[in-house]
Amino acid sequence: MEIELTQQQQRERDNFRRFASAEIEPYADQADREGRFSQEALRKIAESGRLGGILPMEWGGRGMDMITYGLLHEEMGKACSSARSIITVHDMVAMAILKWGNERQRKRLLPGLASGKSIGAFAVSEPNVGSDAKSIETTATRSNGSYILNGSKKWITGGQIADLFLVLARCENKPSAFLVERDRPGFSVEPITGLLGLRASMAAEISFHQCEIPPENLIGRVGFGLMSIVVTALSLGRYSVAWGSVGIAQACLDACIRYTSRRRQFGALLKEHQLIQEMIAEMTANLKAARLLCYHAGRLKQEGDSREIMETFVAKYFASRAAMRAASDAVQIHGANGCASEYPVQRYLRDAKVMEIIEGSSQISQLLIAKYAFQEHERSESEIAVSGETMNFSSP
Amino acid sequence: MDDSKIKIKAFLSQFFQTAELKENDDIFALGFVNSLFAMQLVTWVEKEFGIQIEDEDLDIENFNTIAAIADLVARKGRLAQSA
Repeated sequence: MEIELTQQQQRERDNFRRFASAEIEPYADQADREGRFSQEALRKIAESGRLGGILPMEWGGRGMDMITYGLLHEEMGKACSSARSIITVHDMVAMAILKWGNERQRKRLLPGLASGKSIGAFAVSEPNVGSDAKSIETTATRSNGSYILNGSKKWITGGQIADLFLVLARCENKPSAFLVERDRPGFSVEPITGLLGLRASMAAEISFHQCEIPPENLIGRVGFGLMSIVVTALSLGRYSVAWGSVGIAQACLDACIRYTSRRRQFGALLKEHQLIQEMIAEMTANLKAARLLCYHAGRLKQEGDSREIMETFVAKYFASRAAMRAASDAVQIHGANGCASEYPVQRYLRDAKVMEIIEGSSQISQLLIAKYAFQEHERSESEIAVSGETMNFSSP
Repeated sequence: MDDSKIKIKAFLSQFFQTAELKENDDIFALGFVNSLFAMQLVTWVEKEFGIQIEDEDLDIENFNTIAAIADLVARKGRLAQSA
């Protein structure tokens, strides 16, 4: 099994790192304080091909492989989780259209998403509905060949700035996926401020009041919204959150190494104190394990292996918890300084907490991962059975 | 059962008991379906049989029995070359 990066992937990672440390990281604390991601920075991300970069080249994307995509999200997550989250939801919309849209929809929408001229956002959560996505209350009713949407969506990352929303709504009582352009009459956006973390993610509550959209804005078939949106798009989102969490954990470790190499207490550098070393060791081991899980999920995704869905859950679950522990220890190591705005570790801690909640909470992940453990057991049993049954077919 | 149906049944056995499952039994009617399972099924079918499941293939009728999945795979033109 190959877990080394190719030279091309290493070059890309170095480019992402240079870009993130020059253009994103220096402004991350300010963005966090102001609860606003700069449009200038977003434009630079788009111009550098990192918005919609996962789209194939034929649609104007960069055709990033899944490992390269993960590396981008680690570097962006390390610099600014809000920036990472805005890229993520945009790409989730693009990939849902690529996979489940029809050819006309792809032609109409993907070039704009690949260039960043059109910004995408993903709208599933509602005031009353989070993990239980199939229970959404927003409705889409057929009327004279169009669909009329009513309801509201909450915690929509990028909602303040997006042009195109992928919306899960109940149509004929079945969850279905629709595209809604920002300028549709009956569509409105209310910014959400004062969040704990991802404060600059331009989150919004969006509402539909008799919002009419044409039939060509249905993605996939009526009744398949959970499959096309919740699973395809959220699996990508979960993969990004896993890598973004690795980025947070790396940022915590880097900050702690710098800080403990400089600050002295009791006549010795902090890094010479064993209880500090214990926290650094935990952070290091968890970070490396999280990154390996992300590589594993990425490889399966790249290969189109059906296990990628659950392995991504495992990676996200582990990495988000690793990021949270790393950030909590990073604040601890920084002491009072860690609680102050001059150091970024308090931002890492607040952002890491959000990672444990979004794109499949730790608790939902636990339920699914436990079930997966039983499935894997069955798989190993059935593989033995299949190899027995198919033995007669194989040659020689 | 032919090779593709054996493989499909083996895949399904990870998710629920298939010892008694016949090729025309409706797996959705048995209550096993959820979106995560459906997506894993689609992804597995795509890789295992080298086909692309698209928008127009997303029909319950294409996925509700072992025989239906095998028919879809055959219709998509490139049945497994493993036989």
